[in-house]
Amino acid sequence: MSIPGPEDITRHELPNRSVVLVRENQNSPSVVIRGYLPVGAYDEQSEQAGLAALTASALMRGTANRAFEQIYEELESVGASVGVSGGTHFTGFGTKSLVEDLPLVLDILADVLRHPVFPNDGVEKLRGQILTDLEERTHDTRRMANLAFYELAYPQEHPYSRSLTGYTETIGELSREDLVDFYGRGYGAQEMVIIVVGAVETAAALAQIEAAFGDWAGHIYERPPLPEVPRITEVRERTVVIPGKTQSDIVLGYPGPPRTAPDFLDALVCNSILGVFGLMGRLGDNVRDNQGLAYYSYSRLDGGPGPGPWRVIGGVNPTNVEPALASIRDEIRRIQEELVSEDELNDNKAFITGSLPLRLETNEGVARSILNIERYNLGLDYLRRYAELIKKITAEQVRGVANRWLDPDAYALGIAGPPAS
Amino acid sequence: MNRTNGFIKTRLSNGMSVLIKEVHTAPVASFWVWYRVGSRNEHTGITGISHWVEHMLFKGTNTFPKGTAEKAIAREGGVFNGMTWYDFTTYFATLPAARIELALHIESDRMVNALFDPDEVAAERNVIISERQGAENDPEFLLSEEVMAGAFRVHTYGIDTIGHMCDLETMTRDQLYAHYDTYYAPNNALAVAVGDFKADEMLQMIERHFGAIAGKPDAPPVSACEPQQKGERRVIVEEQGNVAYLKVVFRAPTVHEPDFFAVTALDAALTGASGMTFFGGGLTNKSSRLYKALVETELATSISGTLIPTVDPFVYSLSATVRGDHTPAEVEEALEAELTRVVEEPVTEQELFKAIKQAKAQFAYSSESVTGQALWIGFSEIFADYTWSEKYVENLSAVTVDDVQRVAQKYLRRSNRTVGWYVPQGT
Repeated sequence: MSIPGPEDITRHELPNRSVVLVRENQNSPSVVIRGYLPVGAYDEQSEQAGLAALTASALMRGTANRAFEQIYEELESVGASVGVSGGTHFTGFGTKSLVEDLPLVLDILADVLRHPVFPNDGVEKLRGQILTDLEERTHDTRRMANLAFYELAYPQEHPYSRSLTGYTETIGELSREDLVDFYGRGYGAQEMVIIVVGAVETAAALAQIEAAFGDWAGHIYERPPLPEVPRITEVRERTVVIPGKTQSDIVLGYPGPPRTAPDFLDALVCNSILGVFGLMGRLGDNVRDNQGLAYYSYSRLDGGPGPGPWRVIGGVNPTNVEPALASIRDEIRRIQEELVSEDELNDNKAFITGSLPLRLETNEGVARSILNIERYNLGLDYLRRYAELIKKITAEQVRGVANRWLDPDAYALGIAGPPAS
Repeated sequence: MNRTNGFIKTRLSNGMSVLIKEVHTAPVASFWVWYRVGSRNEHTGITGISHWVEHMLFKGTNTFPKGTAEKAIAREGGVFNGMTWYDFTTYFATLPAARIELALHIESDRMVNALFDPDEVAAERNVIISERQGAENDPEFLLSEEVMAGAFRVHTYGIDTIGHMCDLETMTRDQLYAHYDTYYAPNNALAVAVGDFKADEMLQMIERHFGAIAGKPDAPPVSACEPQQKGERRVIVEEQGNVAYLKVVFRAPTVHEPDFFAVTALDAALTGASGMTFFGGGLTNKSSRLYKALVETELATSISGTLIPTVDPFVYSLSATVRGDHTPAEVEEALEAELTRVVEEPVTEQELFKAIKQAKAQFAYSSESVTGQALWIGFSEIFADYTWSEKYVENLSAVTVDDVQRVAQKYLRRSNRTVGWYVPQGT
């Protein structure tokens, strides 16, 4: 199987302005669908935090044609899955099944996206599950450190500052009518993207998708531009005390480059050096290995359509929080000040380009890659050009991107752990 | 030697088992070495030692000083990791196929040449303790640790692979090295290679890298034998938090007993398709009996069941998260009613068909990746042999509704179970 490219990915636009991409893979008897609608937490009000995610989950609670029990009985009886999940910019959906069951999962996917009924009791059950999950969150150091980070890193009115799942107060207040309204105003085929990868014939898959979605009207939210996210110029720190815990979690970071930023791939290489390569890059070497301060310490660059975060994440003994933070800030300072050596740069570039075959091994991996190509308009030949794009990146570019987005002395920092002893 | 088209099972002259499978769907290959050592082989004083030894194998040899092996793999675009479990410790790398020999070089080297530098042991002690503390942050880990300690009073399956904190604080470098020296030997190991290569050439490559490593005396056998349980056991964990959990474990048959597949079908009816390995599965379980009885009734927010293949008899476990406005006692009562129903009335043919189809689908999904296939082959060899996973669907298909009812009556007894509640203490 070669790297997917223009001659083996078929891209087709339907009259309702949705886009379908298909890639055949006859090596395994399964089929994966991945896709998204341009609706999400972006479109909810801050006092309704969690509405987009709850609406997406509630789609599966019943349709005009199938009750909740029937949806899952049909799916689970054939070992298939259908899922819908609300994100910030998009609501993603996906299916996985044996090829013989594709007509069934496609029918159910179209049914839940197009004909949900939001039954009262189903919405209440989901609400109860979410409220219990939010209770668990208050005692989860990793989740609380992240929550604090997002609230500190982004302005209050910015959708990135809010929890996607919501808060006890907002989830408690949402009504079924809120869900119906949110769905009615923002769910439609316009700008919907569907990727199909697996043991299908392209023409047949296109025909099935068109039959399922071709007559769905297109209507989407009008979106105001995202609020500006100013660069962080001071230390913003919050500690969440959770009694009874034995480990502290720390999340230190910044609003980062969007996926479409000209220096995004520079940032990808920089992030690999800082906290990915080998067993978690320089952070793994120094914070975990050399100093034994943490069980884990790595960095993560989100990208996305907006200024998604660029974070360092660590789990440390509560008495080691300060030395671990000092060590993390040292590594950030070093990548800003010193040019990375040719060897280290080449190692990281080799890792990023060389791991492409592994990322494209499964149908899910291929579908994920094609979805990104479509979402960010990268071109169907992107995976073939990828190695060249990475190879061109220089040590100066790595240092430059670190200086544009990171700062060892000005950052947002969420810490969650036991009280100081 | 067992050799069919693109498949080889053999043993090197030093006693190392080898399984090779050609898969040409993508230009990648996965190489694993499995050692027959895990927390099953430990005892009080050195609990957690197998897992710590695994960590030390990432701390360098003379040929691959600390940090260089994972960087060499990453440079080739590969992934690299290790895992410790009750019955085994395994190391694997998945790489572009043309570069797979690097993984053989690293694994053959560290089978015998790991340094266990005292400074590295000292630094790693903090990392391991930190790993345990991270686990302790999770109420479900705290509950599971107590429930398993209740279920096993002789066999080391009652102790989590991470080990007791006091042992992690006191274990010495020499103890770690002695454990390594005892169990890391070709005759206690299994090499598995799956991917885009020629099987004969892979066998030659394995011979070249591992063939000269001398065998060692057989590792000491595990003689621990858990006595029969004589009545229900109960534990309560009272710790900080605001959500309650329920965990119930039943002593279960091993994969070598005919009942294993009937209990698998029983589990599918109760809690849906399991992932079938410790990696978990990707399927929902919302049409299962216990989801309907516990989650749809709003007593719990999740329910899962696990039946793990092991070398010695293990447990079948059920775990539920209790909804905010309910108690473990209420969830247990509803669970009890469902278990009574499955004991008194047979499951339906449709529930059996569903379990079989789910297993077929999950095997098809896992076969997409060479890493997934190598995992299955190696994992099956640890407790049975590789044909176990090949015959899984066939064996499951042979189960009848009467079998399921019989095993429900045999294993889902009060006197065969340990019940745990996590009762959160307010803050």
